Amino acid sequence: MTATRTQSEPGTSRPPRRLGDRVFAGTARGAGIAILVILAGVAAFLVAEAIPALTAPAEEVPGGRGLVGYIAPLIFGTLLAAIIALIVATPLAVAIALFITHYAPRRLAQGLGYVVDLLAAIPSIVYGFWGITWLAPRLVPFYRWLEDNLGFIPLFAGPTSATGRTMMTAGLVLAIMILPIVSAISREVFLQVPTLHTEAALALGATRWEMIRMAVIPYGKSGVIGGSMLGLGRALGETLAVTLVLSVSGGITFNLISSGNPATIAANIALQFPESTGIAVNTLIASGLALFVITLAVNMLARWIVNRRADFSGAN
Amino acid sequence: MAKRIDCSDVNIYYGNFLAVEGVTISIEPRSITALIGPSGCGKSTFLRTLNRMHEVIPGARVEGKVVMDGQDLYGSDADPVTVRRQVGMVFQRPNPFPTMSIYENVAAGLRLNGTRTKKAEMDELVESSLRGANLWEEVKDRLDRPGSSLSGGQQQRLCIARAIAIEPDVLLMDEPCSALDPISTLAIEDLMAELKERYTIVIVTHNMQQAARVSESTGFFNLNGIGQPGRLIEFNPTEKIFSNPDQKATEDYISGRFG
Repeated sequence: MTATRTQSEPGTSRPPRRLGDRVFAGTARGAGIAILVILAGVAAFLVAEAIPALTAPAEEVPGGRGLVGYIAPLIFGTLLAAIIALIVATPLAVAIALFITHYAPRRLAQGLGYVVDLLAAIPSIVYGFWGITWLAPRLVPFYRWLEDNLGFIPLFAGPTSATGRTMMTAGLVLAIMILPIVSAISREVFLQVPTLHTEAALALGATRWEMIRMAVIPYGKSGVIGGSMLGLGRALGETLAVTLVLSVSGGITFNLISSGNPATIAANIALQFPESTGIAVNTLIASGLALFVITLAVNMLARWIVNRRADFSGAN
Repeated sequence: MAKRIDCSDVNIYYGNFLAVEGVTISIEPRSITALIGPSGCGKSTFLRTLNRMHEVIPGARVEGKVVMDGQDLYGSDADPVTVRRQVGMVFQRPNPFPTMSIYENVAAGLRLNGTRTKKAEMDELVESSLRGANLWEEVKDRLDRPGSSLSGGQQQRLCIARAIAIEPDVLLMDEPCSALDPISTLAIEDLMAELKERYTIVIVTHNMQQAARVSESTGFFNLNGIGQPGRLIEFNPTEKIFSNPDQKATEDYISGRFG
């Protein structure tokens, strides 16, 4: 009795902890530390291997225009493809999630949910083949139309690629690839909107769409942003599909439908790595480091967006 | 403003399950009608049929007639959205929209259905609604703070302000005080006494003292057993219900001799 009392006095010592609790806390802490160690290991490897490329004279770097000249178009291509994917996929994914959670009859909703999840299970090389053999040729007439009618916008200046293997096609294939993850996460957060809030909106005389706008979307917004950032992460790092679909030649251009496109970082590494030696390998790794930093920045940005209005998040 | 509601032979279903059977009741305008009864007897379910919120639940449906000042709420031309704008509702747990500020919460209903209101006019409506809910003095300096930053009792009054902002004819309250402390409860009860000058109020409560304190008429719901439909056993002036009820079951319930 006395012993327990002295132990539980505030400030003197911690209360006794059970063995199971200690084991679990240790395991969880270990897992938390492991992820940091792995991340630090990858970062250290990238930095160490990238240093020779960073210090190498400009003419030794492949392309002969220095490291920045080599990596800049790749970064540009990576971001452009990923942003196209995100712009196309996010509204579609949110619409699918809203349809499944609030409009579809229950049975259809379940089936549709499985189908969307199934999209995530298709290997990316299949998307690549599908993009190159099926989607790209079918998009060519559409690109021609864009060039003829909207050619004054630099994005659609053309000349239209005859194969359809353009930045736009790569972005669209990526959009389909990230659709499942964005829509699955949106669906989950939309399902978690408390009935209390949806009923509050309905009882005020909101139509279903107004209820969604008033209660569902604001509540799910941070989840949707989180989901699209995961999707963006996947789009940034996607290698095989882009390698297959995108016809690479040329540098930075906003022209989305021509055959001259910058490569993306990941696709470029996949294409060049087997034939590279010496400083060229270090250059590729430096581009990988750039991708790593971009992904980190995207995640931090997403976190900042989500936390900006934490008071209003509905979590409290 | 303040309409009467006449229900005749209302049956309420969840899918094939008959939850409430044969309710016939006349709810007077400018008065408070309390519905009491044990848990699961269907009083909340019945309340939700008065603004067509019952049918929000998949498979739920209603038979019978609910007429508000001659307007059949379940007629073939009745739009649930319109009905809900005329019949406001306050829920058991305070449910301000967490993503909106105090101001936006009150303005929420006013912004619906494409209604455009000028800023000055909106400010005025928000203020008068908050005053109407006895909340203005407490929140006037922090209208841009989230609604969820208020205490439970304040949140519930915020919900009342939100409900009366669209000027409904009837106000339904589903155990509005069951999540509140006695002081907040008192504040809500005082508010109800003021609101009944302008609205028809129907309140579901588990607190019989509350029913006795605030209401003019009281309806007692009961059910014969698990799986049986709930029924309106007795509907009379509150005084009579609590002193000399017609039915034995009512007397047993209010005196605590309930099975």
